[in-house]
Amino acid sequence: MSAILTELNALVLGLFILAAISMVVIRQIGACMQLFILQSLLLAASAFLLGASPLSWHLIALGCVTIASKVIVIPWLIRSLVPAEVHRRRELSQAIDVPAALLLSLALTLVGYAFAQHLARSAPSLSSGNLAMGFAGLLVGLLLLAVRTEAVPQLLGILAMENGAFLAGIAIAPDFPLIAELAIAFDVPLLAFIVGLLTRIAYRQIGTTEVGALSALRERAP
Amino acid sequence: MPEAVALNLAQLAFVLALSPLFAGLLARCKELVQSKRGPSIFQPYRDLRKLFGKDERVPEGSSWIFRTAPYLVFVVPLLITMLIPVLTSFPLFLAFAGDMLAAGFIFAVSGFFFTLAAIDGENPYGTMGASRTRMVGFLAEPVIIVALFTVSFVANSTIPYIVQQHWVHPIANFFAPSHILLMIAFFMIILAETGRIPVDNPSGHFELAMIDESKALEFSGRSFALIKYGGYMKFTVLAIVFLNVLTTPWGLAGDGSVPAVALAAGAVSLKIVALIVAIVVVESSYSKLRLFRISEFLGGAFAVSVTAMITQLLHL
Repeated sequence: MSAILTELNALVLGLFILAAISMVVIRQIGACMQLFILQSLLLAASAFLLGASPLSWHLIALGCVTIASKVIVIPWLIRSLVPAEVHRRRELSQAIDVPAALLLSLALTLVGYAFAQHLARSAPSLSSGNLAMGFAGLLVGLLLLAVRTEAVPQLLGILAMENGAFLAGIAIAPDFPLIAELAIAFDVPLLAFIVGLLTRIAYRQIGTTEVGALSALRERAP
Repeated sequence: MPEAVALNLAQLAFVLALSPLFAGLLARCKELVQSKRGPSIFQPYRDLRKLFGKDERVPEGSSWIFRTAPYLVFVVPLLITMLIPVLTSFPLFLAFAGDMLAAGFIFAVSGFFFTLAAIDGENPYGTMGASRTRMVGFLAEPVIIVALFTVSFVANSTIPYIVQQHWVHPIANFFAPSHILLMIAFFMIILAETGRIPVDNPSGHFELAMIDESKALEFSGRSFALIKYGGYMKFTVLAIVFLNVLTTPWGLAGDGSVPAVALAAGAVSLKIVALIVAIVVVESSYSKLRLFRISEFLGGAFAVSVTAMITQLLHL
């Protein structure tokens, strides 16, 4: 792999983890979605860069599938399913406050780094950058899932975890069978569809999408 | 040796002569963006001349700190000017007297005494502004330190002249992720340290909301002029560190001849104008953050700088 591609891939990785961390701290739900789209684009860019030399059609196909599903279909699904006023809203309460979440996500990034250092010693041929940032992205996505109380950012948390797993995956298995990629490409929009639908119903029934506040079941007479 | 002295004097003259102009330009550009005419770009010079000619008043009961702080605020940016590459890309004779950490410490000295002087002036707004400046300061500190760690990891040095050479030899270094992320983090720090908009509103006249400005409320006459001048020069020096050392180390004089240095002065001015335009864009598109949201802005800068360090440690 030529030096300039490695350098560009590294830049993409840095921006990828930055997008993941920004998703944890940003308050606007619409902006969180845009960051997710950016993160998915960066994942695709990393796949293209790794697939360019040595040429790997699997990785390039993976990049295209990522763009199709995560940049186009999923945002469209969420936008059309979840009422527009939810996107304009700010999330005022998180489970922990923003600076603490920020520090936690930085700590998780360091964990990802330590993990990759460990693995890189046993398998020096891997792209340790992708592995580290992918694992860190997975953990930060998990944090996003944990600290957010609104439904849409939580869904984006699951998807961001998936992005992180993919970023690590393209370093471990560059010749991933295409059928698995396609399966995931159909699976993930389905997930977005179901959660989006649930959010829509919840919003219509109770007027909020703050699922973090839904802690008790109540039976109501029909 | 005489050439080195002349070059150093040229650098000092550049900062002394042009920093009010940059401040005026920044204010004027901002007014233009807001569809106002705004004061002339030479207004800071007129303000300074007027203030230097005025009588000075000192609050009753204030101590020597109040009287000496303006001089420190004025002198410190000039000291830093001698440590950093302003016009030349080759080191001058004070280049190895202090590195970027030292520059940070020297800035901290003037900041510390200015804060003390604001409290010494016994104006409640001054005290409030002082404590707020300290808050912004200690939140910005970790970012600066991690960013400098990253610089020293990358370039194996924190001497500005060496760091500056490292980014462009070879040119691939310029596009390294740690470098790009460092630029973002430092830009955010410059906004915070010079009191620009997401953190502080430099054109605000409401004392309760002031951070940086309110510290100078009790100063008058020559002291006030020195503090204003020092503020202009601080902005110019930080801009030069950002542009010449960290982001775009081009356009500096390679030798000490007069045309080369004159050309470098023009190039550096152009770069500062470009930075001013960027700052105007940021200032016009964001609103000032609430005081307790500032920690989030600087926390973001911290995240960026730590990411820069990790990508560097991964040898990406």
